[in-house]
Amino acid sequence: MNIKADFPSLVEEIDYGTPESRAQKQVTLSVDGRSITVPEGTSIMRAAMEGGVEIPKLCATDMLDSFGSCRVCLVEIEGRGGTPASCTTPVGEGMVVRTQSDRLDAIRRGVMELYVSDHPTGWNEKAGTGASEFDTVAKSVGLTENRYGVEGRNHVKEDGIAPGHGSLAVDYIARDESNPYFTYDPAQCIVCSRCVRACEEVQGTFALTIEGRGFESRMVAGMHEDFIASECVSCGACVQACPTDALREKTVIEKGMPERSAVTTCAYCGVGCSFKAEVKDDEVIRMVPYKDGKANHGHSCVKGRFAYGYATHKDRILSPMIREKISDPWREVSWEEAIAHTAKEFRRIQYQYGRTSIGGITSSRCTNEETYLVQKLVRQGFRNNNVDTCARVCHSPTGYGLGQTYGTSAGTQDFDSVEFTDVAVVIGANPVSAHPVFASRLKKRLRQGAKLIVLDPRRTEMVKSAHIEADYHLPLKPGTNVAVLTSLAHVIVTEGLFDEAFIRERCDWTEFQDWASFVALPENSPETVGKLSGVDPELIRGAARLYAKGGNGAIYYGLGVTEHSQGSTTVMAIANLAMATGNIGRPGVGVNPLRGQNNVQGSCDMGSFPHELPGYRHISGEAVRDIYESLWGVKLDDEPGLRIPNMLDAAVDGSFKGIYIQGEDILQSDPDTKHVAGGLAAMECVVVHDLFLNETANYAHVFLPGSTFLEKDGTFTNAERRINMVRKVLEPKARYADWEATQELARAIGLDWNYTHPSEIMDEIAKTTPSFANVSFDLLDRVGSVQWPCNEKAPLGTPIMHIDSFVRGKGKFIRTEYVATDERTGPRFPLLLTTGRILSQYNVGAQTRRTDNVMWHSEDRLEIHPHDAENRGLRDGDWVRLTSRSGETTLRALITDRVSPGVVYTTFHHPDTQANVITTDFSDWATNCPEYKVTAVQVGASNGPSDWQREYDEQARNSRRIASLQAAE
Amino acid sequence: MIPRIYIPGDSGALALGAEKVAKAVRAELAERGIEAKIVRNGSRGAYFLEPMVEVATEKGRVAYGPVKPSDVKSLFDSGFLTGGHHKRWLGAPDKIPFLAKQTRLTFARCGINDPLSLDAYKSLGGLKGLQNAVAMAPADIVKQVTDSGLRGRGGAGFPTGIKWKTVLDTTSERKYIVCNADEGDSATFADRMIMEGDPFVLIEGMAIAGIATGATKGFVYIRSEYPHAVATMNKAVEIARKAGVLGVNVLGSPNAFDMEIRVGAGAYVCGEETSLLNSLEGKRGVVRAKPPLPAIQGLFGKPTVINNVISLASVPIIMDKGAAFYKDFGMGRSRGTIPIQIAGNVRNGGLFETAFGLTLGEIVDDIGGGTSTGRPVKAVQVGGPLGAYFPRALFDTPFDYEEFAKRDGLIGHAGITVFDDTADMLKQARFAMEFCAIESCGKCTPCRIGSTRGVETIDRLAAGIEPEKNLALVTDLCNTMKFGSLCALGGFTPYPVMSSITHFPEDFKPAPARVAAE
Repeated sequence: MNIKADFPSLVEEIDYGTPESRAQKQVTLSVDGRSITVPEGTSIMRAAMEGGVEIPKLCATDMLDSFGSCRVCLVEIEGRGGTPASCTTPVGEGMVVRTQSDRLDAIRRGVMELYVSDHPTGWNEKAGTGASEFDTVAKSVGLTENRYGVEGRNHVKEDGIAPGHGSLAVDYIARDESNPYFTYDPAQCIVCSRCVRACEEVQGTFALTIEGRGFESRMVAGMHEDFIASECVSCGACVQACPTDALREKTVIEKGMPERSAVTTCAYCGVGCSFKAEVKDDEVIRMVPYKDGKANHGHSCVKGRFAYGYATHKDRILSPMIREKISDPWREVSWEEAIAHTAKEFRRIQYQYGRTSIGGITSSRCTNEETYLVQKLVRQGFRNNNVDTCARVCHSPTGYGLGQTYGTSAGTQDFDSVEFTDVAVVIGANPVSAHPVFASRLKKRLRQGAKLIVLDPRRTEMVKSAHIEADYHLPLKPGTNVAVLTSLAHVIVTEGLFDEAFIRERCDWTEFQDWASFVALPENSPETVGKLSGVDPELIRGAARLYAKGGNGAIYYGLGVTEHSQGSTTVMAIANLAMATGNIGRPGVGVNPLRGQNNVQGSCDMGSFPHELPGYRHISGEAVRDIYESLWGVKLDDEPGLRIPNMLDAAVDGSFKGIYIQGEDILQSDPDTKHVAGGLAAMECVVVHDLFLNETANYAHVFLPGSTFLEKDGTFTNAERRINMVRKVLEPKARYADWEATQELARAIGLDWNYTHPSEIMDEIAKTTPSFANVSFDLLDRVGSVQWPCNEKAPLGTPIMHIDSFVRGKGKFIRTEYVATDERTGPRFPLLLTTGRILSQYNVGAQTRRTDNVMWHSEDRLEIHPHDAENRGLRDGDWVRLTSRSGETTLRALITDRVSPGVVYTTFHHPDTQANVITTDFSDWATNCPEYKVTAVQVGASNGPSDWQREYDEQARNSRRIASLQAAE
Repeated sequence: MIPRIYIPGDSGALALGAEKVAKAVRAELAERGIEAKIVRNGSRGAYFLEPMVEVATEKGRVAYGPVKPSDVKSLFDSGFLTGGHHKRWLGAPDKIPFLAKQTRLTFARCGINDPLSLDAYKSLGGLKGLQNAVAMAPADIVKQVTDSGLRGRGGAGFPTGIKWKTVLDTTSERKYIVCNADEGDSATFADRMIMEGDPFVLIEGMAIAGIATGATKGFVYIRSEYPHAVATMNKAVEIARKAGVLGVNVLGSPNAFDMEIRVGAGAYVCGEETSLLNSLEGKRGVVRAKPPLPAIQGLFGKPTVINNVISLASVPIIMDKGAAFYKDFGMGRSRGTIPIQIAGNVRNGGLFETAFGLTLGEIVDDIGGGTSTGRPVKAVQVGGPLGAYFPRALFDTPFDYEEFAKRDGLIGHAGITVFDDTADMLKQARFAMEFCAIESCGKCTPCRIGSTRGVETIDRLAAGIEPEKNLALVTDLCNTMKFGSLCALGGFTPYPVMSSITHFPEDFKPAPARVAAE
């Protein structure tokens, strides 16, 4: 296949210079004789561009509010004196604008000449990439000379010596190379403030500023620090905004400007940002956020923007490998041999131990099409329903809870909805770290005046950071979500804050009354709940009043809600609150799970659960089975299959012997590592299909090399149900895209699969799944993306659900009785451990640990309150032993009051830490979602890694040996 | 009757030794066992006579000045407490020609009494304007101010009433009155004089502005170089609050208005209204692009009247005597009076409030009395450091916004600086660029880089390097700065530069030629 033909050139985006006006009223003006009609409030610059007249600009870009500093966009307006800036001047009815005249040309040239007199191009025309907006504007205004010369005061010093080191150039500032991904060269800075404004307006971190005044003005990070030492979170917004080469990707400097690009979707978190993957010589040069991406609108975070280096990391395994026993070294084999071996093993096992002795795990990291194929392989090929996915360990309670109350297993809104939110409630989520691009949009709304309520045991960045602060932070004790949420409902009901009209129209009034009488019980009062949750009752009351009566209330929640023994109950409690206050069915409101992985929504949609066919249709439904049985030509098992934990239990019991795991590292990500390891060790054929020899692969017999998102076509579905295109920009390094490998395996076990392109798989999904009926690659190519349901009723998808009625008919109020987890603190384990993420690392870290993102987070640390640390004689940075009923591990302490006394916190990005050795096998009552967020632990001083860690490390090293490489060494 | 001695506490007078005079007077009183009251009044503005000491006699005030501490003993010996003759005797202050020739509307009370005596303020007609205003509908107040023809005295000359109307017509739950007292222009001191000499007139003006536009909160942004003005204003606000002039019921009316004094941090550009608002908000003092106008989105994004001290201090007299009374003064579209501040190399330096329309020649030669060095006047810079230099040839220009604009000049905040024939206009042009380079906020390119390049290019000109090319370059640069700059700092710097080049071309001749000429 010739890739170049697919995307022959760079995807160019039009920069209109200033943001779109949302005004209804239209205004007509004339620009250079062309009549242009635009909404009132549009800038002259944008109107001109929409009419096809490009006005030169440097400080303006449509991602940012107008600023008016560069002075090259000046125009003349009939009847007005002077030369107003077109970026800051709004259009007026009947206005007559001229963008070209001798006077304007002279001013623009004059301004550019001044720029060049303090810019490397004044010394050397070939300075920089030659491809920046600055270079383009200099050419377009016809600048030919710098009459000021290069002898005057300037920020450019070719010798590169900073003042104080022998240089007399007082204004010279040395280049900052501290960020691993981009450089800052102050000499090229034109002080347009686009970077500063991007950091403020788009990202909301406020890490950059202009220092000094007049000629000395220059952008600096933090308090005049290196970028890496500043508050900068390396989201890349400043680099993207920079019209010069002052802020520039290091890859561009090293390898030159990219030549071709395709629009694709980030493979990290559930926000699902659209990027232009820009390529040169079959190598990705950079990922540039795509402005038309409806989830991100041109913004990005450090992971999607920069952390794609794992795709070419030396640890990637590019050849299939097999081995007899897990104690053997790996042996590289051909794809044919690996596939044939696997098929033979699976057949043998099924013959020997029965039809249900094997299963598969689909990946939330792979495409919808790939996920669909893996579950199809299990159902059609293995003839059982032993398929599950990693959503089991994250958002399965969301599916269950929202399914029960509303009738759909997904969030109710699009991300744009946040722009209309008046009160945001963030529960058990830290979007600043885990969903950063959404967090930026939320923070922008908060800066515009929306209110914020945070329920979290930790004082996260959401609670207080630059220019935002939660109006209410309810620092509840881990495990008390249901009690606190029910208590909020108690206040809403007993103080009469509920929306009776909405409830009567949209919900079952009798069920509401039953629920209301339950939440009104004294045991649910803030005063009672306050005692067990550690939250001041007044905070509960205040938060409830604000959410109920503060305008559009939107709830955003994460794994802090679901990963509990009462995860599903918590989701239902959230759903109840939204219904009771009428916060459902319009922009600005809703219940919004922040999904963790790029395609966790999609993997759930695609029938990855043992009890559901694609589209959340229960396997017991005959009509649904019929659809697939007639298409696939097999009889489907009508009994739900095994969930991941059941598969492991069955393996330990000896009835489950083989598994195909695509793109998931269950050993590291699933709870109670020892139990997972035991289960895997008891199997006879573990097939791991992944990019790297992950932790699970230590127990594998077959390794199939995976493909990255850059190497295949397909779709991801993000947290807002948005189906985004993934486009192949590179050939698969290991020959097969993951869907192709699965197809090979299916064929080897005798299935007649003949997909030639993932679009054909999507066609099959659309044909068999009502909520996807209208989805096709053609449609996605045309409109960019759609949100399911996308069918005859909603041909272009459904941004907001439950608008006139709930999907299930009447919204269902469900009693949410608080049952404390069995995981309790006591004398031996007096502290509660909760877990989470950090911005620069992603999940188990398999990808991000193989990028320069480790510069921000090179190890997992245990956050502990100074009081608890003092009691144990611990100092910041000390090695500590973390012990639970399940096991122990060691890591270094980080003493901080972000956690309350009695609570400790850590991340699970590094396999050395093995935080899941500690977590227990308690899980959600409805869905088995593990209780990661509550573990009773003890913390004590330690001298270093635990025995388990040493043994594990030894075992991992041993099991990763590859025969051919061993020989070579 | 206990004798009353008036010794100015105005910082201009203090700079000329008023404190030492006061000390000497106190010592002399003690030594002679005389009981007398020393009143620290403001200055009447005749700085060439400061420190000007006045005594209240049966026949009225008698002034002496300029008084040195060494004069004090002899003043007592001459019986100055009863108006006795002395070499410093000036007679009745309002008969001193420099003061007698003035038309004092805004400065009617300035320098006469204790600036912090609200009773004294009222005794001379103070609060009448506010009393009238509280009984009027906001739109009617705005109409009065509009009809008076009052224009912004900060320099831009924008009609005050129209600005107020915009704020009045903009709906918002909060609006602000901001007084720009960041009087940074060289040779200007009118704002300071009124704040130190008659602070209640500014408070009254702001309260009227608040009632007229629906604003309940005011801020006075005073430059940090004015510690005495800051202290006086703070005390005056406190007194006004206690007296019910400020507060939830202004003068017992249902109108609420209160205000605070804020001090700048030393940046000239913060006298530009949008930088001032940024600074007031605690942000970097950089210029904001307009639109949006501050009247619609000003302080903290709310509709804001931002007026100069003199504009606001002129409002009480308008509300007291009526729009027609005020409008009756002046010429053309420049109505009312203007406090001209005469400084530099001039014999009679000081503040001269008069109706618009005097010619520049009358102001410099007749009122200012020519240079203090006695040499011929070469140039006059009108409107602060960004104003044009006018040669004698333009001395027939009437003091009027439009007449000055016609001749590529501006009256600005009405400060004029006089230079004698020893002035080197190339150095003055360079100074303008240098001033701009030092004070530039750095936001827009013409000002940020252009001013520095301007200094360098003029230096090359002075050194005789490629004079024609560099003169053309300076001219081009001035064009870029004038039309390309974001605010008046960069936009007006070309005025002093180009007026120097235009009117004094001989000073820009190549260096060898200049040496030969000297």
